Amino acid sequence: MSTVFIALQANEETRPIIEAIEIDNPAAVVNRQPAMVKIDAEGSLVIRKATIEEQLGRSFDLQELHINLITLTGHVEEDDDSLTLSWNS
Amino acid sequence: MDMKVAKKKLGLKEKYRTMTRDLGWEPSYHSKDELFPYVGYEGIKIHDWDKWEDPFRLTMDAYWKYQAEKERKFYAIIDAHAQNNGHLNLTDARYLSALKIFLQAISPGEYAAHRGFARVGREFPGVGPQVACQMQAIDEIRHAQTQVHAMSNYNRYYNGFHAFADQRDRIWYTSVARSFFDDSMSAGPFEFMIAIGFSFEYVLTNLLFVPFMSGAAYNGDMATVTFGFSAQSDEARHMTLGLEVIKFILEQDPDNLPIVQNWIDKWFWRGFRVLGLVSTMMDYMLPKRVMSWREAWEIYGVENGGALFKDLARYGITPPKGWDDAGKAIDHMSHQFMLGLYQWSFGTAFHAWIPSDDDMRWLSAKYPDTFDTYYRPRWEHIKKMAAAGTPFKNYGLAKLCQTCQLPCVFTEPDDPTLTCHRETDYKEHKYHFCSDGCQHVFENEPEKYIQAWLPMPQLFQDPVNGDLGEWMKWVSLLDGKDNGDYADSEDKKNFEVWRGLATTNQ
Amino acid sequence: MQIDLRTVAIEPQRQAFDHLVRRFGNKPASRYQEGSYDIQAAENLHYRPTWDPDHQLYDASLTRIVMADWYALKDPRQFYYSTYTLTRARQQENAEANFSFVESRGLADMLPEALRATTLAVLLPLRHAAWGANQNNTFVCGYGYGVVFTQPCMYHAMDNLGIAQYLSRLGLLLGDTEALDAAKRDWMDSPAWQPLRRYVEDCMACRDPFELFVAQNLALDGLLYPLIYERIVDQHLSVQGGSAVAMLTQFMSDWFDETRKWIDAVIKVAAAESDANRALLEGWTRHWSARAASALLPVAELALGAQADEAMAEQLAAFKARAAKAGLTL
Repeated sequence: MSTVFIALQANEETRPIIEAIEIDNPAAVVNRQPAMVKIDAEGSLVIRKATIEEQLGRSFDLQELHINLITLTGHVEEDDDSLTLSWNS
Repeated sequence: MDMKVAKKKLGLKEKYRTMTRDLGWEPSYHSKDELFPYVGYEGIKIHDWDKWEDPFRLTMDAYWKYQAEKERKFYAIIDAHAQNNGHLNLTDARYLSALKIFLQAISPGEYAAHRGFARVGREFPGVGPQVACQMQAIDEIRHAQTQVHAMSNYNRYYNGFHAFADQRDRIWYTSVARSFFDDSMSAGPFEFMIAIGFSFEYVLTNLLFVPFMSGAAYNGDMATVTFGFSAQSDEARHMTLGLEVIKFILEQDPDNLPIVQNWIDKWFWRGFRVLGLVSTMMDYMLPKRVMSWREAWEIYGVENGGALFKDLARYGITPPKGWDDAGKAIDHMSHQFMLGLYQWSFGTAFHAWIPSDDDMRWLSAKYPDTFDTYYRPRWEHIKKMAAAGTPFKNYGLAKLCQTCQLPCVFTEPDDPTLTCHRETDYKEHKYHFCSDGCQHVFENEPEKYIQAWLPMPQLFQDPVNGDLGEWMKWVSLLDGKDNGDYADSEDKKNFEVWRGLATTNQ
Repeated sequence: MQIDLRTVAIEPQRQAFDHLVRRFGNKPASRYQEGSYDIQAAENLHYRPTWDPDHQLYDASLTRIVMADWYALKDPRQFYYSTYTLTRARQQENAEANFSFVESRGLADMLPEALRATTLAVLLPLRHAAWGANQNNTFVCGYGYGVVFTQPCMYHAMDNLGIAQYLSRLGLLLGDTEALDAAKRDWMDSPAWQPLRRYVEDCMACRDPFELFVAQNLALDGLLYPLIYERIVDQHLSVQGGSAVAMLTQFMSDWFDETRKWIDAVIKVAAAESDANRALLEGWTRHWSARAASALLPVAELALGAQADEAMAEQLAAFKARAAKAGLTL
């Protein structure tokens, strides 16, 4: 299985997003680096709007991710409720 | 009345489709060939532009909203950095050499990408790819501008930044990056997308931006961290576009595969050469280092690139031809580059230096198979020469590769004691190359690469005529200020005095 | 160690980048200047484009307009990416508020049926015209010369797309996807829209970036925006109880007021450069504005009926006066 990842800026705004990603992807590995948090996952990684909203206590538009996104890999599948990264192989 | 009936709620995809794809139409007053004249000559076959999958689905209102938020954050930090003498937070001013190279060579590439994407954003006859390319076009001018703005304050206090616009067009080493971007822009629209959108953005920019910006964070450069991460957030969209482009082209027609594979081979190697300078930044130029070039290559090259090419194998794509040679070069290239930069530092608008004993210990640990065997002895020799008051300078002209325009300083992939050199005769001229990869690129399109502007022959033409002082004037290089060993530089002296003012009561 | 760096007073070594000192003198440069002047490669371009080997990668001779210095075509708004984006972000907030006001109060459903039909018939096909404008401005950005001229064209292109998207939202709010489909059929086939579609396609076939700038931004939009958004939406539809529509197109009205100042400034400087430029610009403007007027007339008739001729005559007179201010005698 190949690894996908997403990296976000390390700040207050991304803390609940990262927590949500950890909840939805228990096997994902969170690497905290200066100014950046990189999350690796085998095969695929899902980011769910509803989980972020629970952590955040407000409604969240998944496109808000763009503000603090640093980089990602894998195919992106995006709809109103979730964003999934995956490799086909 | 029936208008009261609840309207269909459109999902993200349908809504985006309505807001973009449906805007286009089949022209009837002109032929498509007339309106989109450049889309056919490369031989790529597209049967149905509607099969295009949009990468991120941002409508303009959302784009303005989120980008404005990024901009506000960015300029708040840049302003604070300028107002509070943020430059004195740097670990050491030699770090700035990395930024000087960035501003002279990479930022102009951002601008070139802006124009290139504007062109393909017009030339593709499908609304989906047009809009995605246009968004990248506007993002790329953002990157050029935020970089110039972030470095503007450094320019006020340090040498080597002041003439980046002149040096972009004239100084020898910037033609490495310039020729790369000129090469992509002079290619057709599909090749441009494979060059920049896929090979550069998807395969290589993580290697450029992520370790580079982490390096900036380690070294107290908040201005660069900010522009880097802020730009990189756009890259996530660009990378997704790059991946979509390649899938789209390959799914449209099996005849596209060999053309695309050839471009991947070419552009991987071109990109690998250009980004080679990053290896030197990471291994030598950061006073406080994040990870070695070797380690970055493992994460972003081997692991990530490996996953990508494994995924694309279902289309018949194989890893780029130069992939193995690249792997063999990883443990050598940063040292070879830095030795080159040091010996030619009289002709660069940034400083080079001899690594300290401490630096060399780190390099030994990170490159156990190569540093002590091949490179430490050279540095020790150079160090002795400097101590004896006869620093090593190579006033001989570097022999530049006709394709990548780097000096031919690299070794054979399988013999690190032998300099790699290739030659091709074409129309009664001899052309020189640094590697098999660059020779192949030339031989596939000789009529293109014989046009390359090579900075060395320029030395013997007007207005320089072989005079080093005239050349420096022509490239706006201030001798004794912008160039030479960091150890003797104004930048070093000033930085230490200013830091002294900040940390003592004198 | 915590050090207070603000307490250090050090003298800068220089005020600005060399190329800006040469242009503007030895003083700190503005961010507009830093982000716009001379950042396009100017010398030693490496390869001829494979798609057009007779020209350079950046080639001022792609247009017949001749400028000694293309950086004379300054944008009076001094838009660089940041100022542009912040401006539009504020405007989109306003547009968002307008849309949700109309939506939440059900104002769309309260529109008289005839008025709704006219609105959809006149405005919705224009989203395709705005898409054409997007492609034309993208072209000017791609092939024009000099950053101060090309940069705002990219912003303009994205604005054109934004406008096409606001019109689409308006269509979805007042009608449904069927309304958008009907509008596309009109754009493709209805006789009232064919002259305009032909105009847009003719523009797309024009590969002189400056002529295209005149045809799209000065001639067509210079007539279309005041006619559609001021004369038809703000006046004609509003008096019949359609002020909700005017709320939904406020972005377009504000945008036209802002952007015309930039377009006029570009034309004025280019015309003042030489008699040859002026003659070219006058010829182009005369040709394209006459065509734009006749292309827009059947569209105006959809809303104004018999008053359309008179409305168009007023617009043409205003357009002539505007061109005269920019130095063009039509």
